[in-house]
Amino acid sequence: MQDRHTFRKKTVPLITMISPVTAWLILLIALPLLYILVISFCGTDDAHNIVFHFTLKNYAKLFDPTILSIYSNSLVIALLTTVICILVAYPFAYIMASTTPFRKTLMMIFLMLPFWTNSIIRLYSWRTLLGTNGYVNLLLLKIGLIQQPIEMLFTRGAVVLGMVYTLLPFMVLPLHTVIDKLDGGLHEASSDLGAKPVKTFLHITLPLTAPGIFAGSIMVFIPCLGYFFVSNLMGGGTSQLIGNVISRQFKEAFNWPYGAALAIMLILITLLLVRIYTKTGGKIDDLGVM
Amino acid sequence: MRKKRKAAAKKYTSRVFSALVYLFLYAPIAVVILFSFNTSRRNVLFEGFTLDWYKQMATNHALLESFGNTLAVAGVSTLIATVIGTLTAIAMFRYKFRGKTIIDLLLYIPVVIPEIVLGIALLSVFSLVHVPLGLGSMIVAHVTFQIPFVVFTVRARLSGFDRSIEEAAMDLGANRVRVLTGITIPIIAPGIVSGAVLAFTLSIDDIIISFFTTGARSTTFPLKIMELVRSGVSPDVYALSTIIILATFVVVLISQISVYKANQRALKSKYKEKQK
Amino acid sequence: MAKAIVEIKNVNKFYGDNHVVKDLDMEIYEGEFLSILGPSGCGKTTTLRMIAGFEQQTDGVITVEGERVENKEPFERNVNTVFQSYALFPHMTVHDNVAYGLKMKKVKKAEIAGRVEDALSMVRLEGFGKRYPAQLSGGQRQRVAIARAIINNPRVLLLDEPLGALDMKLRKQMQIELKNLQKQLGITFVYVTHDQEEALTMSDRIAVMSGGVLEQIGTPAEIYEKPTTKFVADFIGETNLFEAVEAHVRDDGTVCLNAEAGELTGADPRFSAAELVYLSVRPEKTLASESPVTGFSLRGTVRENIYIGTVVKSTVVLQNGQEIRVSSIAGAPVPAAGSARYIHWNPGDAVIIHSKSNTILDLMDSLDLGAYVAGGA
Repeated sequence: MQDRHTFRKKTVPLITMISPVTAWLILLIALPLLYILVISFCGTDDAHNIVFHFTLKNYAKLFDPTILSIYSNSLVIALLTTVICILVAYPFAYIMASTTPFRKTLMMIFLMLPFWTNSIIRLYSWRTLLGTNGYVNLLLLKIGLIQQPIEMLFTRGAVVLGMVYTLLPFMVLPLHTVIDKLDGGLHEASSDLGAKPVKTFLHITLPLTAPGIFAGSIMVFIPCLGYFFVSNLMGGGTSQLIGNVISRQFKEAFNWPYGAALAIMLILITLLLVRIYTKTGGKIDDLGVM
Repeated sequence: MRKKRKAAAKKYTSRVFSALVYLFLYAPIAVVILFSFNTSRRNVLFEGFTLDWYKQMATNHALLESFGNTLAVAGVSTLIATVIGTLTAIAMFRYKFRGKTIIDLLLYIPVVIPEIVLGIALLSVFSLVHVPLGLGSMIVAHVTFQIPFVVFTVRARLSGFDRSIEEAAMDLGANRVRVLTGITIPIIAPGIVSGAVLAFTLSIDDIIISFFTTGARSTTFPLKIMELVRSGVSPDVYALSTIIILATFVVVLISQISVYKANQRALKSKYKEKQK
Repeated sequence: MAKAIVEIKNVNKFYGDNHVVKDLDMEIYEGEFLSILGPSGCGKTTTLRMIAGFEQQTDGVITVEGERVENKEPFERNVNTVFQSYALFPHMTVHDNVAYGLKMKKVKKAEIAGRVEDALSMVRLEGFGKRYPAQLSGGQRQRVAIARAIINNPRVLLLDEPLGALDMKLRKQMQIELKNLQKQLGITFVYVTHDQEEALTMSDRIAVMSGGVLEQIGTPAEIYEKPTTKFVADFIGETNLFEAVEAHVRDDGTVCLNAEAGELTGADPRFSAAELVYLSVRPEKTLASESPVTGFSLRGTVRENIYIGTVVKSTVVLQNGQEIRVSSIAGAPVPAAGSARYIHWNPGDAVIIHSKSNTILDLMDSLDLGAYVAGGA
């Protein structure tokens, strides 16, 4: 009797509510990831079909010098992007947190507004701005900063710019959250105890907002490794990312097992970074959700 | 007076800095809008005003079809993801059950791992079980990365939910389904709506997952642009983008202003209550 | 006479159109325990924050030790603050919190360690150095906040409702400790509070503020026994307050006043006929007798008697509806509820408050009352 009651009261509604997501997560997240783990140890035949026999050659190929240089290029771009995002987003989030509620809302809306619209077309129009005869070059020539138009597109710098442009809000949001929560009293207390503004920043503000910096860095760094379209649009193939190589294996070279091995490496890098993040006290919940 | 001057300088620097950040964010958008009216086909410098690209866009069936696909995929996937995600969030809020932490863990995967990994994993499995690639496979793929965002947004809203409200409804004779549809869902509706809006935007702007999970004959607007990049994007794409951008701006601004006003009203009534 | 360590001269503070501190003049003496007392929004915290340097006065002068401070940043002023919310740095241990000020002054590490220990023992927190604020109780956090401020040997310690977050029992205990600490250190304490009992028990002097105006400054006894404004009389302790007009001086030198409720008597050398005044008399000085007393015509009915341990509080309702509170020592005969009584007092026990200002509002008040008195006569 008791059991039937629990069954009706809890089990039936629970199963109704939870089974769709369970099926979806198992079939479309867990299994696919396991499957690419499996094929990363497989080979291919001449027609690019996957052949299920165990091999490590896909992983051995990861240590190829060209691949290693792409990895290092990828990491450098991700690192540069993260650092620039912090340098821009920190003061911006600080300004946003210290203004009036109305202005804050306004700043937030206009920060997010571009991200409600197509990112590809916004990225693409940077090509117009940065071209050899583009407006940025014209402006620089006019104010005499340069004598000759400079090649800005299709460089590593352009890729980093595109990344910063695409990912900046993901740094601003977590930073704004921590800075906004900062108790103004701590600031005053530090000042009251004789600390000059720089010291207050180093001893109080920075340590207390570090979790936001870490969360933002994870949210910027990891996507950077995979955003091959940014490299395509801004780098024009000159500055390759891990994502470009993976995408090529699946769409052009049709060496899926090798692509899978590259993806597994990407997962491992991600897990390592997230592990470091949680070890230093970061919360998974602060990642990703806007 | 030294202090006042310092404060003024700080204010000035803040304004200049914010202005530069917004210039950085909006310059490309300005370019899109400006060049949609450009007489030159080459997107290099603005040479003269014309509306021709808007006319051309209206007859560019391939372009319009790709945009239609984008809307269709986003609409259907958002609907599915919102239903599944909302049920999941409510179930996880209400019940303790075995496997809850595993579901939680699986939900975080699409949020944390690079999209490209999910993209190729789905592509591999689709081809393994011979799912034809097209709008259907893309919708399934989009739902996969949308679900977690809906769950997390709805869950955030639920965290402030008082369960005794549900109990009160039951006490007054509402059955479980009535409680869910008449009490719980209306109360958490703002969370569900913002989850759905987030899911919709993620879908509409998605490039990477779509790139791997769509077939040759069903392309979306972002993918179409990627395709055109090689041959050069003609200004009719800018024209369509301009319309989309302006429409989005209007919708977002109106909704944000109404949210802000609602918040202000809530604050004011709270203040009045306090004064009493 | 004590030397002033903080001087506030003609200070105004506006937030936009909001005039929160009005023409404030105040001297704070060396080594005294001064409380700034007032209801919330009276400008007391703003005043404290202007002394600390967190707010800039709109005009006027504030000096600390004779030096003008408006151009000094908080970290350049030789005053320290104990914050209402404590504002302990959550990411630092108790030791690091307390050491912070000395570290900023680049004091040597060895010396810091010793002084932190001294400061912690002064607030009875020996051995708590390695804990984090989150691991402490409210009272302990409060002590850390105090230790963190006093370790810097400030000339003036500013305390912003420091006991507000503590429960009753802990509050009482901390009040005594703070007072002792102040005596021991011999430095000036400026203590902001809205709790009059706290101010009365701890302070050497109390400054009562209301609506941005300093109402009265004086010793607790002066504030309680000789309030100079209606607000102070009403705000501090219980009182029976009459709006009255001075009528004439009697033969015995007492002053006859007319109020709505009837004729009353006070003693005041500053007599000026027809002036609108307030007469305040404490419940414990108020008497209720069975027969009329010369000089008074306040007749009323006893509504209720409430026993509160050592005293009995009676409420007598006068014929015009005004409620008069009378407290008498328990054991003394108590008038039965419903019986008629005549309210009076020893003229010397009543305080006559001369209205200071002649604002339109005051003027209208007096006109109104004048009309009534004229009509009644």
